[in-house]
Order: sequence, then C-alpha cells, then structure tokens
Amino acid sequence: MPFIPHTDDDIKAMLDTIGVANIDELFDEIPKNLWSSKLDQLDDGLPEMAVIKKVSALAKKDGTPACYAGAGAYEHHIPAAVWQVATRGEFYTSYTPYQAEVSQGTLQVIYEYQSMIAHMTGLDVSNASMYDGASALAEAILMAVRANRKSKSKTILVPKTVNPVYLQVVKNIVTNQEIELISIDFNTETGCIDPQTLKQYEGQDITALVIPQPNYFGLYEDVHSLTDWAHAQNAMAIGVVNPISLALLTAPGQWGHKGVDICCGEGQSMGVPLSSGGPYYGFLTCKQQFVRQMPGRIVGMTTDLDDNPGFALTYQAREQHIRRAKATSNICTNQGLMVTASTIYMALLGSNGLRNVAAHCINNTATLKDKLANIKGLNILFKDSGFHEFVIQVERPADDIIADMATKGYVAGVNISDDYPELGQCILLCVTETKTDEDLDEFASALAECL
Amino acid sequence: MSYVPDNLSYTASHEWLEKIADGRYRVGITEFAQEQLGDIVFVELPENNEAYAQEDECGVVESVKTASDLYAPLGGTVVEINDALEDNPELINDSPYDNGWIFVIELDDEADLDSLLSAEDYRNSIEDED
Repeated sequence: MPFIPHTDDDIKAMLDTIGVANIDELFDEIPKNLWSSKLDQLDDGLPEMAVIKKVSALAKKDGTPACYAGAGAYEHHIPAAVWQVATRGEFYTSYTPYQAEVSQGTLQVIYEYQSMIAHMTGLDVSNASMYDGASALAEAILMAVRANRKSKSKTILVPKTVNPVYLQVVKNIVTNQEIELISIDFNTETGCIDPQTLKQYEGQDITALVIPQPNYFGLYEDVHSLTDWAHAQNAMAIGVVNPISLALLTAPGQWGHKGVDICCGEGQSMGVPLSSGGPYYGFLTCKQQFVRQMPGRIVGMTTDLDDNPGFALTYQAREQHIRRAKATSNICTNQGLMVTASTIYMALLGSNGLRNVAAHCINNTATLKDKLANIKGLNILFKDSGFHEFVIQVERPADDIIADMATKGYVAGVNISDDYPELGQCILLCVTETKTDEDLDEFASALAECL
Repeated sequence: MSYVPDNLSYTASHEWLEKIADGRYRVGITEFAQEQLGDIVFVELPENNEAYAQEDECGVVESVKTASDLYAPLGGTVVEINDALEDNPELINDSPYDNGWIFVIELDDEADLDSLLSAEDYRNSIEDED
C-alpha cells in the first residue's frame, strides 16, 4: 500500500468503525488546558526558500541576549571540536544499535563515559545515562526504595533546596507508586538545610534522604553530616550534584564516613548546548552493592575467545527485554548522542580543564555578588557565596525587572518567588565562566537601572 | 529427565520443601529449575524473620540469561537464609537439593503442606513443560 495521508473519507470510515465522532475525542483524557492552540499562523504549504526566510525572521526576534539564568541548565563554553567529533557519522545516533556488541565503538564511548562519571562522583558504577537530571532523581528514589530492603515505609526526605522543577517531576513519577515524599525546610538565614530540622525524623523508618550539592540557591550543604545522618537512620543517601562543580568539590562517594549510596544529576553542563530546554541527559551512579537495582543500560568490558578486549552490555537481567514488568526501568540509551558529546567534552578538557571551568564559575559568582552588593533596591540573600548562583531579593515584582532587563539584552535570572513565597520577590541569578569582568560590570549597571 | 527426590514436596513454580523439624522446612529450587535457568550468577535472598503469604515474591534467582522470582511456597516466616549463596550462587547449579538450599521457613500451618505437589505430581508437571 502506498504511503498517502488519510483522506477525510478514510478518517470518517475509521472513526465510524470504532464509534467515535471526531479525532479530538480520541484525546479527550488530556485536560483541555494542556492542548496546544492551532498553528494558524503557518501557511499550509510553502517553498523551501520561503520557509527559510520566514523562520529566520522569527528566530531573529529572539536576539542574542546575555544569559544570567541557570536554575538547572547552564551556559558553558563548548569547544568547537566537541560537536565536530560528535556529529561524525560513526557517532551520530542516539540509541545503542540492535545487536549492540557489533557496534564496539558506540559501546566503548559509553564505557568511557561511565568510567568518567563514576570517577567524578567517586562511586563504583554508572549506567549509560538517563533522560535528564529530574528524571534521574526520580529513578534514584525508585532505586533506593528497591535497594533499602530494611525500610518498609517508602518514605523519602526531600529538602526544599532541591530544584523545584525536579521535585515536580519526582512527584509525577513516584507518588503513584505509594512513595511518600516529605519536604524538609531550609534555614532562611543560611539558605541551607539545618541538620537540626532532621532531628524530628530520628528513629523513624526513613528510606532515603536526598542531598543537593550545590543546592538550588548555589550554596553548599553540609553534605558530610547529612550523609552520616541518613546512614545512622538506616536510610540511603542520594546526592544530586552539578557535575562541573565536582571538579573542585568532594566527590559524593566521599561524603561523610561512608559516602552516598546513589548519585545523580543533570549532564547538560558538560558539552550540551542550552537549546531552549533540551535534549539534555541525566547521569546516575551508585555503589557496586546496589548495581542490580540500577535502572538503564550498563556497558562492561570483557575479553573475547581470543583474549582480545571488547565491550558488551552487562547486567541485562535487570532490563525490560528480560524481566518485563519486573524490570528496574524502561530506560535504554535514549540520550546517547548527548552522552557522546559530554564524553568528548570531558576528554578534551581533562581534569585540569574541568577544574579551571569550575574555578572560573566560582570566581565569577563571587565577583558578581560583590558588584551587586551596594546597589540600592536589591538585597542579596544568604551570606555565603557558592557555585554559579545566588538569590537577590527585589522591591518591584521580579517578573517586571526580568522583563525590563530583557529589553536591554539580558536574560536576568529566574523568578523563584512562586516557589519560595517565604523569600518575597526573588530572582535566582547565575554566572558561569562565559562572562568577563566587563560583562559583569555592564550587567550590574543595567540591573541598577531596572530595579 | 531431571532428578526429583521422592521425599520432598514441590510447588508448580519449581520450589522444593524438605522437613527439618516440626513446622520447619528447608526450601530451594529444583534441579529442573536450575537447568532451565542456566548458570546462576546472583541470588537475592528473602529477609530473615520476615513473614510471607503463600506465593509472595520473596527473592530473585538471576542467571546469565534471565532473572526469575522466588516465591514463598506456603505462608510462614523465614527463620534462616543460606548466606553462602551471596558469594557462591553457583551452589544452586551444583547442588540444588543440598548445599544450594535457599531458606528455611516456619510454616503458619503445617496442614497447608497437603496442598503441594508430591514428587510424582511434580515429575508429571515438568514432563509437560519439557
């Protein structure tokens, strides 16, 4: 049968057969407020030249604003070689191919990636990646519930200093699996979790504690005491980290006396462009003892019959094609191309390069904070300086300030007032290694005019 | 034909039970089951002192080609587990009825045993599967 779009008669015949009045009725379980509006500004058919003209004009409207927003996705310099290599035909695919072992190159890239991420997080095992940082955290929580067999409560403590978007995704994924998420308040003076707040949960059956580092406000949590506290309660410790920061901060595998059990995070900052929100990828690592509860694919190194080294998918008994409904997840290697770019990025920069990037981020964050400190009309919340980000409290509505800054060519942070009403009108500002001292001066003057 | 000792009780899901004291039974998987699974690489043991209802999942036996759930053959409480399987899961392949035992269960009601398969019944059931 030739591939021809359905005619109105075809569609009517099919709808009549199943007794449905129109196509929209097939999707009526989707709430109406989530439906996209009709694309009525697009013509039905245009020649390619006309399309390019139209789309270029639309793209121009975005301009090239200077980015001072982070909140989970970060602007970093990506050396040109990264995507030059990643888009070579041999790499330019997302999934592991069927009969994966035939594609030794693809498997080797994933193996190298796993080795680097495991090393950076200080843990034994990494999987081949997840969809993004938020879903990686949800999977880490599901994994903790399976792995912590001593705990029956399926109760997870999640601090409010974890990215609120992650929290929404986690809620979506885990709450229908009878997992209870308990929110932990932070100290509004320090912007961090106060270990005292956890006292009320001592002696209770807690399955896991989530520990962000740096936290959503860019600040450093007391990860050592938090990890030890979790272990003292027979709870698992889950670290949510920024991978660039790990070039300088203590690896989660070394937090406290025993290190975290599971670590996860967003991988975008290493070689993946912002691209309006995706595709990104998540990473997930754990101690060897929990590998059988780890979701996703894992590539291992082995030898063939002639003792030649090679790569193979391993621990497949956890996977969906073998365990069906009992599989640890239905996640495969969806984000393989992002992982390839990240692996090239990490290899290209090396540990010294990554340390340099991290150090520049920390310096620029502190510098911008200093430059804003004496500006009237804003108040910098929390005393300590951290990684990438800090919070400013403003007198006018945060959205208005961000809109005014947009007219001056800035993406001036993220309005977090709705997520943290206790902090008033607040903007989360971010600065990475991409900004120079002059850039920061100009940003400070522009902001002073918009308050 | 796989070896099926006469003195044991069996389940359709390929567990065997051997009486070791009043109300206490040692449980493992049959020779037929281990042959079907192939080389066993990992055993997730039940929790000691944990109570299970009949047919509750209480562990996993994982081989190079698949992972298979382990079920509580009858209602009861696990009173001993074979720790040796943590480091030597292949004991189940080498010695399914002896060193490869998995746990000991104290039955809620010993009379439940009548509902299990005899060696003869079990032989017939695996002949059908073969």
